[in-house]
Amino acid sequence: MADKMLLRVENLLLHFRAGAGVVQAVDGVNFDLNYNRAVVVLGESGCGKTSLAKAILRMLPRNVAAYSGKVFIEGKDTMALDDEEFRQNVRWVAMSLVPQAAMNSLNPVLKVGDQVAEPAMIHLGVSKAEALEMARKMFQHVGVAVDFLDRYPFELSGGMRQRVAIAMSLITSPNLVVLDEPTSALDVLTQANIFNVLKRIKKDLGVSFILITHDIATSSELADDVAVMYAGQIVETGDAMRFFTEPLHPYSQKLMASVPRLRQTTELEFITGQPPSLINPPTGCRFAARCTKRFEKCSEEPPVFEKEGRTVKCWLHEK
Amino acid sequence: MSVELTTTNEVKTEKKERDVLISIKNLHVWFELRRWGFGHAGYVRAVDNVTFDVNRGEAIAVVGESGCGKSSLMKTILALHRPTKGEIVFEGKDVSKLTGADLRWYRTQVGYVQQDPYGALPPFMTVGRILEEPLIVGGVKDKAEREARIFKVMEEVKMSPVSDFLQKFPHMLSGGQQQRVVIARAMIMEPKFLVADEPVSMLDASVRVEILKLMRGLQERHNLSVIYITHDLSTVSYFSERIFVMYAGKLVEKSGVQDILRNASHPYTHALLAGTSDPDANNALTFKEVPPGEPPSLVKPPPGCRFHPRCTRIIQGLCDVEEPPEYEIEPRHQVSCWLYK
Repeated sequence: MADKMLLRVENLLLHFRAGAGVVQAVDGVNFDLNYNRAVVVLGESGCGKTSLAKAILRMLPRNVAAYSGKVFIEGKDTMALDDEEFRQNVRWVAMSLVPQAAMNSLNPVLKVGDQVAEPAMIHLGVSKAEALEMARKMFQHVGVAVDFLDRYPFELSGGMRQRVAIAMSLITSPNLVVLDEPTSALDVLTQANIFNVLKRIKKDLGVSFILITHDIATSSELADDVAVMYAGQIVETGDAMRFFTEPLHPYSQKLMASVPRLRQTTELEFITGQPPSLINPPTGCRFAARCTKRFEKCSEEPPVFEKEGRTVKCWLHEK
Repeated sequence: MSVELTTTNEVKTEKKERDVLISIKNLHVWFELRRWGFGHAGYVRAVDNVTFDVNRGEAIAVVGESGCGKSSLMKTILALHRPTKGEIVFEGKDVSKLTGADLRWYRTQVGYVQQDPYGALPPFMTVGRILEEPLIVGGVKDKAEREARIFKVMEEVKMSPVSDFLQKFPHMLSGGQQQRVVIARAMIMEPKFLVADEPVSMLDASVRVEILKLMRGLQERHNLSVIYITHDLSTVSYFSERIFVMYAGKLVEKSGVQDILRNASHPYTHALLAGTSDPDANNALTFKEVPPGEPPSLVKPPPGCRFHPRCTRIIQGLCDVEEPPEYEIEPRHQVSCWLYK
């Protein structure tokens, strides 16, 4: 079991200082990810899912109030490394990131081929010619014609730029790629295309993915496992097959009931109220105020209950 | 008895068909490209020969990818662009010929719900001021009446207690609340017609449904006509009765929503439907069928059918030469494709 484990996150905590107090963006997150699997982190905006990605990759802004917990990648405890060791041995080498709006994060005055090759030169120490050869191979993997290596970002469409960003994250052959909202600004057919590319990469290169998204419908295109995040905490984890047919946590159930489907006319539901502020989150279950199934016990914080290999942070599943 | 029933039905449909609120006829919107600022360098054919009617109280959806011309179509309907050719007739008047007071009247008759609510609201104005502005411009002189109308519209978009929100600035509201203010602003002049440009694409899943239901409720209560512009087919059936599929400046299929889900006819519509995911873990096990390539340039669109370079069912020598006419394959279901010759 242990040798199959690629990533283990234990009690990860990331708080920010803000004008009004301390924002508890990531508050005690635990999950595991095996080799060649994809986990989807689902959650609404402001629930801390991008902060979770930043905490795993240690890409921290200046106003960090607290940063603790453990992140093991391939059995190594990354929290024991200092920043320079982390940069040399973990970031890009063991795991890389496709940031939000990645297609707009390319440098407009550099050729895309050079940009894709750059991480290989820095982290693997190869020559520019070798790095460009690696970039050429990566372009084939993500389905961009190799003569685009010499183009500038403005000459590429949005979908192609997104694929270039994915190629860049893969050039150092990391085992884990974190994708932050990879398709949220793209059209339907381009989205479908990008997910085809990601599926093929997962099959051919054996990469694992953490896919961070609020789009439940398209996330099912890649998901092996699902983790649902609410107000800085993971409230449910489990395999995708069972999650998409029968979510356990009341929040997950409501979320699933709010997804419009093509050929189904069931009444859509929405969740009344708003997510709580992360500056002073409520004590007890953080979803209680919006939950239709709440009872007395919900004023205490629920522990994580195990249920047939899935976990859920809700008193309803207490045994 | 049965005879009587059919006749009343017929009368009803006929009456409905005749009760057209806005009619778009052979609309062309071309933007001129210039070389060095003055030399003519061709046109961007954003909207190319589009014809459709919208009845009173009807919600229609225009579906297409970015760059297919749906925003140009919408802006021309809002009288923000002038048509190059063709006309838009609203209650018997040609919109592109309106000027002065008539144009101001037209602007009170159409409401506009923008895509990005935060970008659409001026950050330095309070909610109350944002909603008062159109009333002042629209010539409502009495302050008490303006306030009454603001209260009424805020209650309609379920922003209560109203007085709590009027003094707030847009950045103090959540995304869903901002979108409600945008809808309230579109509704405040009591328009007959609403243009909604991807009103929910920037919102979270759980809020998205709330806003769609709110708009649906307004549409039914006020008998509004709505043009709902989107690229997301899965929300369409919850909101509109008819659907127009747009590709590279042209409408390729027009049909009722249920007909298009049951009997999609244009290869591009098929591709869009196949590309839309329902939440299902089995999706991860298969690859999606996506037509190769990208939408064509609107400066030099391909000859014949504009979808032919990406189409898997191309008829060589026909699709790449001659533009397909519109075929009616069942009542109220038209498709521009040579397969239905």
